[in-house]
Amino acid sequence: MNDLVRVEEVVEQGRGITTLRFRFPGGAPGQFVMVWVPGVDEVPMSLSYQGEMAGITVKNVGEATAALSSLREGDLIGVRGPYGKGWMVPKGRILCVGGGVGMAPLMSALDAVDDPSTVDVVIGARDAGEIIFYERAKERSNDVRISTDDGSRGFKGTAVALAAAMMAEKKYDMVLGCGPEIMLRYLLVACKEAGVRCQVSLERLMKCGAGLCGSCVVDGLRVCVEGPVFFDKQVEGMSEFGRCKRTASGSKTKV
Amino acid sequence: MTSLQVSLAGLDLRNPTMLASGIMDETGASMRRMAEAGAGAVVTKSIGREPRDGYPNPTLVELDDGYINAMGLPGPGIDAFEEEMIEAVKGPAPVIGSLFAASPEDFAFLAQRMQRFGASAVELNLSCPHAKGYGMEIGVDPDAVQAIVREVKNAVDIPVLAKLTPNTHLLADVGRAVERGGGDAIVAVNTVKAMAISVDARRPVLYNRTGGLSGPAIKGVGLRCVYELYGAVNIPIVGVGGIENATDALEYMMAGATAVQIGSAVGRIGIGVFGHVTRGLTKYLEANGMRSIGEVVGLAHE
Repeated sequence: MNDLVRVEEVVEQGRGITTLRFRFPGGAPGQFVMVWVPGVDEVPMSLSYQGEMAGITVKNVGEATAALSSLREGDLIGVRGPYGKGWMVPKGRILCVGGGVGMAPLMSALDAVDDPSTVDVVIGARDAGEIIFYERAKERSNDVRISTDDGSRGFKGTAVALAAAMMAEKKYDMVLGCGPEIMLRYLLVACKEAGVRCQVSLERLMKCGAGLCGSCVVDGLRVCVEGPVFFDKQVEGMSEFGRCKRTASGSKTKV
Repeated sequence: MTSLQVSLAGLDLRNPTMLASGIMDETGASMRRMAEAGAGAVVTKSIGREPRDGYPNPTLVELDDGYINAMGLPGPGIDAFEEEMIEAVKGPAPVIGSLFAASPEDFAFLAQRMQRFGASAVELNLSCPHAKGYGMEIGVDPDAVQAIVREVKNAVDIPVLAKLTPNTHLLADVGRAVERGGGDAIVAVNTVKAMAISVDARRPVLYNRTGGLSGPAIKGVGLRCVYELYGAVNIPIVGVGGIENATDALEYMMAGATAVQIGSAVGRIGIGVFGHVTRGLTKYLEANGMRSIGEVVGLAHE
């Protein structure tokens, strides 16, 4: 009887970005799990791989993610979930737009698309060192493009600028976006201008992960239950999106 | 025509289901959403004088029949909460301000603020099992409880509810202390002090080690407490602990509860649980030729 799972594989994905693989079947693209590093913390992580051998992709930004990044094959972690509402992956032409480690939940969506000619991908990052999942995305899509803020790889500029150019060039039925909230805010604007529907995956400080404590709510909607993926129309109605989030005490702070 | 309306300590509720404190009630928008989903009243997260982050994660363990949580009373503090109350009171149900403090004076101060923010009543958290110096640590002492309730009653005009812990053999004494202090109603019960251990990690799962057990796992405990209190006091009782359907609510009401609170089921079943329970209660009244839900209260004692 095991209440923790064994880390089966650790992959260095990019600079300070690590993927952990473990046995945890189930879940839909875009859902997340609560991952416990005993003695350190428990944090929400989107699944970057789904199926028999699940995976999460972690950027080392704080105490919990540092602990996750330092795990080795054979270490034990707690995983509960999967939780939340993931991507609605429609038939038709899809554009995935990922910023930095925001590519993680988009990879699950890409895996759910059978025909590589129906889905295009923008992988954006600050610089070449933070570009992740390029080879894996190429296996699922015929058109994968890269943007970096400093121009060290691919298009020089933001992922949203590249996505806007692609929307002007080709016709899409749905954009799926994940990345920093400021990026998502501009992505929604770009999609609106291009007349393309959009879903975005949001992030908030999360405690229980199970729809109880209310710490992750945005305008009364729980990122852990009604999200993390929201449709454009839901997000447009949120007074807090792109503006404010909640701290551990529930106090408002700027995004 | 049947009626689910109840009068609780001077509060008129359109139905006897209330959102329990600590669930989806940290922000005004989420409380409004719970009221719109059908709750007859909503109780805020327990608010103290100062902002508190609460405990680091893990703060929740999911079990087959409930949860163990140790959130550690996170909250923005009473001053910042005014903004949330302004939004919450726009909803279609009365808002009851839950408070935690370490002294009668602080409880009274917070209650006055809540009254000013538009709360229809206050609920004193005398029962949180996992925050040092607060909640259950004072709520198991009948004299302390009486003093707190008295001080708050003297400070505000709105009804004062006291939420009690089941983690005591003095439950009836504490209940009578609430009544002597002038309290308008008793809410029973808060969570049952509990623990979860990971065999693989060889340690408790929760950061705080211990937490509070809620959900169907504690329904039997809650029912027993409400039944005992009904025989011990004359003020109304609000039953809480593991209510997920109309049958659960009827059990609590027959044990002596005038109204019920629902918390864990919001996570386990969804926000539709309020409508689900109230529709079931209406059906029960119709099937049994009753006109008002009040006729059910205390039936198990006759």
